[in-house]
Formats: sequence, structure tokens, C-alpha cells
Amino acid sequence: MGAFPYENRVWDPAELLPRAELVALQTARLAETVRRAATIPFYRDALGRAGVDAGAIRSLDGLRRLPFTHKDDLRANYPLGMLAVPRAQIARIHGSSGTTGRPTFVAYTKGDLETWSGLVARFLVAGGLRSDHFVHVAFGYGLFTGGFGLHYGIERVGAAVVPAAGGNTPRQVMLIRDLGAEVLVCTPSYALHIAEVAREQGLGPGELPLRFGHFGGEPWTEEMRIELERQLGILAFNNYGLSEVIGPGVAGECAARKGMHVQEDHFLVECLDPVTLEPVRDGEVGELVFTSLTKEALPILRYRTRDLASLDRSPCPCGRTGVRMGRVVGRSDDMFIVRGVNVFPSQVEEALLRVEGTAPHYLIEISRPGALDEVVVKVEIRPGDFSDEMRHMIALHERIDREIHAVTGIRMRVELVAPGSIERSAGKARRVVDHRKPA
Amino acid sequence: MKIRQLSLFLENRPGQLRVPFKVLGEAGIDVLTMSLADTQQFGILRLVVKDWERAKKVLEAAGSVVNITDVIALDVPDRPGGLAGVLESFDELGLGIEYMYAFAASRERGSHATLLVRLEDPDAAIRQLGSAGVKLVPADELFKRVGA
Repeated sequence: MGAFPYENRVWDPAELLPRAELVALQTARLAETVRRAATIPFYRDALGRAGVDAGAIRSLDGLRRLPFTHKDDLRANYPLGMLAVPRAQIARIHGSSGTTGRPTFVAYTKGDLETWSGLVARFLVAGGLRSDHFVHVAFGYGLFTGGFGLHYGIERVGAAVVPAAGGNTPRQVMLIRDLGAEVLVCTPSYALHIAEVAREQGLGPGELPLRFGHFGGEPWTEEMRIELERQLGILAFNNYGLSEVIGPGVAGECAARKGMHVQEDHFLVECLDPVTLEPVRDGEVGELVFTSLTKEALPILRYRTRDLASLDRSPCPCGRTGVRMGRVVGRSDDMFIVRGVNVFPSQVEEALLRVEGTAPHYLIEISRPGALDEVVVKVEIRPGDFSDEMRHMIALHERIDREIHAVTGIRMRVELVAPGSIERSAGKARRVVDHRKPA
Repeated sequence: MKIRQLSLFLENRPGQLRVPFKVLGEAGIDVLTMSLADTQQFGILRLVVKDWERAKKVLEAAGSVVNITDVIALDVPDRPGGLAGVLESFDELGLGIEYMYAFAASRERGSHATLLVRLEDPDAAIRQLGSAGVKLVPADELFKRVGA
């Protein structure tokens, strides 16, 4: 285990299943899931429309014939119209915040909760959690799956939970320090805030007892990982999940930290072109689509996450056989099509990161002045990138141009613009303006 | 010999060039000389003022990206071939010039023109050019000549 910064322990032997055995297990579980789903009116209709006989799914190839499930389907069946078990068997309800409309609820049987805590235990142990650790959980507890999801996974491992929940950051810093928590669980942005407040209190990098951090609930970057590790003196791990699929525990990083192992004995994952819905090649970014294999209360077929990431099927040195998903690099809702090619704002951001180390403010403007689409990327100049020498500025301009072409495959016209000249909206930065669409 | 120069990023749009001069004017800062390098897309404005620190502050407060670099000032004989002679010394010393422009000197002295030169390593260049007999001008004297 010398290749890893700590012992590579595996919580569940199922994580190491050889691929052939895994496929056999998935096939049996998929057939069972489709049968179970067919008892729900929504899926009975959807399977009927797709011309699929619920009893006829006997291989994983059958997956592609199954209908998709969208967020709107859950909304349309509000509050609990997609249960595959009687209401009396429900043991817990969670839900999404409903920031983009009516909230959606998800339900768990006792068996689902057992499965879920086991999945959370897997990624926590893969990321260094041991039964003698104290874990500070700064996720909100409530309908959101983060708090309770992590809580029961930690208990499953036998470690101690400090259920600090959100808010009052100075007090959180005090709790971490005084109780000697080795592990921090929260969103990556909140972890950065904790680090900032700790620094204000005179606690420099590594002066908190923390050694490991498990962060999820929102997309983040490698750059943020480096910052978190430096500022908190920890190893930082990424995990992935969404309530519609189960919650945190769908995928998580191991000690190799080269992508998150999807818990494939419990979920089938597809990576599809969001427009054609055809599979993309491994390593290419597409929309992740999940099918649950063991969920009892709310089986879900081909759930379109809108999350964009790539899959890596190469063997992992940790020995886990689950396919690895990369970081979520964007949402398929933000995608735009230029000259027939799918482009994501995150690709432009990645190109800018390659050139400048950190991504400056940028804006992508798409127009169609003649017959062809034209894309202009406005990039704000920052003091660190600016030189009094013209050749350096021209080289910078050319490098951005080249990287954008390399990442997206599209030629975009790069314009260097003055700092602050790109409009900021409160909170979320606007990245794309498409002049082709009528306003 | 070393003169602090301010460089500003400018977008190539009407009205952009006026902004920094307006800001400096309102702050009562006199621009002693300037040069503008431009491409189709953007420009780099280089300025010399006496109080560069205050100029940087007011320009940045107005939203400009300002870069500070050292240039060197040197006197060139004001006669045909004068500059060619000085540049010969640069070539002999193997000193590459990034760019140069004229300093707005008064003509009272008559015998010299003054240039500002940007080199990769101004300190090394000052030592080498000094021993090669090129007439370098200290910042104080430069400012005194234009009454700044």
C-alpha cells in the first residue's frame, strides 16, 4: 500500500467484484428493478409507451430500451406518486430544496436506509475513515440528504459523529479544535469558509486536528482541493450523489483520487450525449444517467441527472472495480451547440485554467452574423496576466485561442477585455449569451 | 537611471484612451511622456509620471490594470547618426531592446534627445552601458529637466 498516503482499506468486498461477476449481479438486479418499477403507474405507462415488456429484460443491453426518468416526472408525481411499496413500509423521507420549482420527495424503506449507509461507509473508508475517528458533520440536517446520509454512514463504520450541522462558523471551528475531530464532512465551499474563519482566529494551516475531508453536495475543482488541503492540512476527497438516485454514496473517491468509483453493484451508470442520447466514448464528457438496482421504495430507471462528467474504465490501483466518474464539470442545461458541436461553458473554463492557472471572468457570446455561427469569448485581463510587453500579451492571446480550440474543437474569437467590464449578476455569473435565440 | 513606468491595458474601443488621462488629470498628476502600442484588439499604454505610486493607486481605483516596470533613460546626441551610434553600443554588449520611445525633454540643452528604453535586465544594462560610455540620465535629473 506504499503508493497511498494511508492504508487502502475496503469496507465491502463487493467493491472488488471481478467485472464478470459484477455484470451477472447487475443483470439479475436490473431485471428485478424493472419488474418492481412496473408496479408503479408512472413506469407501467412509460414502459408501455417504450414497448418494453417488464419481464423481458434479461441482459444489460436491455437497459437502452428503457424509458428515461426526468426531474419533472418526480414533480408531476408529487408528493409520493412513484412508490413501489405501501406507504406503511416507508422509513424515511428526504427531498430536494425546490430552488427551481416545487420540491420533490424521495422515500426509503428500512432496507434502503441499510443499503444507503453501507454505500456511504464504503467511500468514507476508502477515503481514510476509521472507527476510532471523530467526524465533524457540518452539512445541514433535514430533508437534504447530506446530513443524515453521512451521519448514518459514519455510525455504520463505528466512528463518532459530531452532528454540528450548518451555521455559526466560529463555533464550528471551536468544536473541531476542542473535540479533536480528525475528519470534516461538508460542502467544499463551506470547508473553505471554515478554513478562513480558523485563520482569523489565529489557527494556521494544519493547526486544526483535521486529517481528512469528505466534500460533496456541489461541484468543485482540483484547484479548490489544493487550497483546502493546504489551508486545513488535510487530504480532501470528493463524493457524489443525488437524492433522486439515493443521496451521497452513488460514487466516491479512493486513495488514488483519480475519479470517483461508481457503486456499480447498486447503480448502473450511462454517459450520454445530452442531445442525441447516444453513449459518448470513455473519457468524453456526457450527461450521467443512473438506474437504481437495489432500491425498494423508489426504484428509478435511467434518471437524467443533467450532470456532465466523463467515465474512466481503466483499472484502478486501489483494486476497486467500479467505473470511475470524473468531477462534475457542468450541467447539460448550460450546453450550447455551435456549428453542430456540443460545447459546455466548463470546457472554455478548463482551457482558461490551463493557460492562466486560475480562471478569470469570461463571457461566451454566440451569434450568427451570416450563415455560420460565430463565438466570441471575452476574457477579463487580471493584473497577474498583464505585461507591458506586447509580445507577451499576444502570446497570451494566442495561447488562450489555442487551448479553447484544443478543448472544444471549435475556433472561437478571443477578446481580451478590461477587468470589471463583464457584467456580474448577484451570485451566479452569467457565462453564455446566445444572440441567435430570439429574446 | 531607472525610471518607473506604468503600463495600462486598454480595450480597443472609442473613448478608452481618454479614461486614464482624465483620471490622472483629476488627481493633478502630470504625464511626462507616454507611448501607445496597439493591436486590432487591445492596446498597452505606457506612462511616465513623477509620483508613480499615487498614479498607480488612482488608476487602479478607477478600475485599470496597472503594471510597473523599470525603463532606463539615456541621452542621445541630437545629430544625424546619433542614435545609430548609441545602438551600436547595445549591439556590442548584446543587449536586446524590448521597446523604446522618446522622452518629452525641453530643447534648452540643444545637444541631446532623451530616450526611454525597456530592457530585460535594466540593472545589468545600466552597468554595461555606463562603462561603454552611453550617457544615462538619473530619474531626478530627468524630472528636473521638464520642471516636474
